[in-house]
Amino acid sequence: MPIVADTILRLDGVAKRFGTFTAVHGIDLEIREGEFLTIVGPSGSGKSTLIRLLVGMDVVSAGAIWLRDKRIDAVPANKRPTCMVFQSLALFPHMTVGQNIEFPLKIRKVGPAARKARALELLDLLRLPRDFYAKRVTQCSGGERQRVALARALAFDPEILFFDEPLSALDYRLRKTLEKELKDLHTRTGKTFVYITHSLEEAMVMSDRIAIMRAGRFEQIATADEIYARPVSRFVAEFMGEVNLFAVHGPQKGGLVGKEIELHLNGEAAEIGLGLAANETATLMVRPEFVRFLTNAGTADFVVRGVIIAEYALGSRLQYEVEAASGMRLTVEKLRQDAFSGAVGDDIILGFDSVHIHMIRGE
Amino acid sequence: MERINRRLGLLSALPIGVLLVLSFLAPLLVVAAFSVMPQKVFSLLNMPDFSAFSVIVSQGYYRSLLWSLGLAFTATAILFVICWPLAYGMAKVFGRFSLVLTLAVVMSLFVSENIRLYGWVLTLMKGGLIDGYLGVWFGIGLPSPLYKIPVIVFGLVYVYFPFMLFPLAQGIAMVPDDARQAATDLGASRWRVLTAIDLPLAAPGILVGSLLCFVLSAGAVAESKLLGGQTVIVIADDVETAFTFGQNWPLGSALSMILIVLIGGIAVFGLSRIDLDAMMGRNR
Repeated sequence: MPIVADTILRLDGVAKRFGTFTAVHGIDLEIREGEFLTIVGPSGSGKSTLIRLLVGMDVVSAGAIWLRDKRIDAVPANKRPTCMVFQSLALFPHMTVGQNIEFPLKIRKVGPAARKARALELLDLLRLPRDFYAKRVTQCSGGERQRVALARALAFDPEILFFDEPLSALDYRLRKTLEKELKDLHTRTGKTFVYITHSLEEAMVMSDRIAIMRAGRFEQIATADEIYARPVSRFVAEFMGEVNLFAVHGPQKGGLVGKEIELHLNGEAAEIGLGLAANETATLMVRPEFVRFLTNAGTADFVVRGVIIAEYALGSRLQYEVEAASGMRLTVEKLRQDAFSGAVGDDIILGFDSVHIHMIRGE
Repeated sequence: MERINRRLGLLSALPIGVLLVLSFLAPLLVVAAFSVMPQKVFSLLNMPDFSAFSVIVSQGYYRSLLWSLGLAFTATAILFVICWPLAYGMAKVFGRFSLVLTLAVVMSLFVSENIRLYGWVLTLMKGGLIDGYLGVWFGIGLPSPLYKIPVIVFGLVYVYFPFMLFPLAQGIAMVPDDARQAATDLGASRWRVLTAIDLPLAAPGILVGSLLCFVLSAGAVAESKLLGGQTVIVIADDVETAFTFGQNWPLGSALSMILIVLIGGIAVFGLSRIDLDAMMGRNR
């Protein structure tokens, strides 16, 4: 099996079945050396099962896992050079911070002096005070425990570090801080991080690449920007935050018609690559921040008419909910300084341009 | 309000408190008082002379104490080794089958200990169930294991089995699965997970089970009498003899006091080291 030079972990048709239920359907994936890959999906999408297969806590039903040029899917968890930070952190409650961090070193028969030196180094790296060495983990706060769990995993010096939603139990502010610290730690250690979460926000802040998982399969694997701007499906588009999706179809070759949308293109849809085949259906996507309030319908490529039915304050931004004549709801977002001057109940004209839209085809 | 509550509480606890003092503490105090009386008196109205304790040393009664402690220690150690895998299964693996196992073990407690021990005597004796059938079917005879020291240990292990099994299962249930998984993930072998994670985290259960078994075994008499045929004399046997045939209450009391102080000391030391509240799932 040839391995691309910079691929550290490769999945070939990895599947997991529990009785008649298939949690993971024959997944192929290549994880690159040193990247921060996040697997995102709603609960029940199979991401936790997948990570348990990758660290060796469950056995694959089919397929192969390659770590560089070694096949590891039959290797037990304690013999794999990878390691995981648990959702619960799974610190050892009967040990001190120091003993927790030194645990993997002790297994490798590292001497006591060298162990302690490494543990103190890791405390420094994780910005924990050195006197935490003798502190009991049960006396640490949530954020401190988080760092201890990370230090313990790093002490293992894994080839790949897996994370199973380790931040989900923390409060918002601490989570935001730790997201940035984790990203920073990734840069400083240069290790390969594979992170699973159900929070898209977390994924966007930290990852080099995001894999969107749904019902045991990957829907799309790409950079955050790519997935945000060019999702391959309605599911991904909706999963990646607020979005406006219009059902469109081609009445004849090269045409484009939507129930809510008026076209004000300079020329034919086909000329700017938007034309559909005859009778082809597709989804036209535009993110809320690219939708403008118009005073004159002629100043945008696409126009939708409707009524403002709600306005929400989102801190730095404002969000408007608009109902089109067809009953479809649209979301518009504006920065606070660009707030719309009208009020709820006003008839308005919305517009957006062809450079900001994305066409989801083939669904 | 809180003060009234507390006073009402104390008042409500008074009747049972008095009953406990009378029925539990008073006999102990009587025994303690008798232990310092002169030999073979039947009244507490004598000058204490502590002679019973010197008799214990001079006439070698400490040997039966050592037998009791030795047998109890051996039985407890064997019980721990036997019960650990079973308790582990009950706590982590068997699921609903645990209930069946629990019922089966508890049911055995419904029959008196002596009757169950006599059952073993009939099974193991010369010409008994095993020996008899072996003789009829295969024409061979086996020497009876009865009236030897190992069979006493066997009896103790058999009788106190539930007292080790259930606390141990409770203790193992307290070991978080994710800690075991994390240890494995960090490279620990099964043996290392057992010694570094399971044993320390199940320690309260181990301690409670071991204490129960040790304390009960050290004071046990039926096993050495029925199965062991008094091959060795245990301390409880000596206590009984001193009070009955010996008609020497002070000697019996002194032997009892030594046993009580020893076992009590071990129990208090053991219990002070564990958090029973945490084990029962209560917050402090």
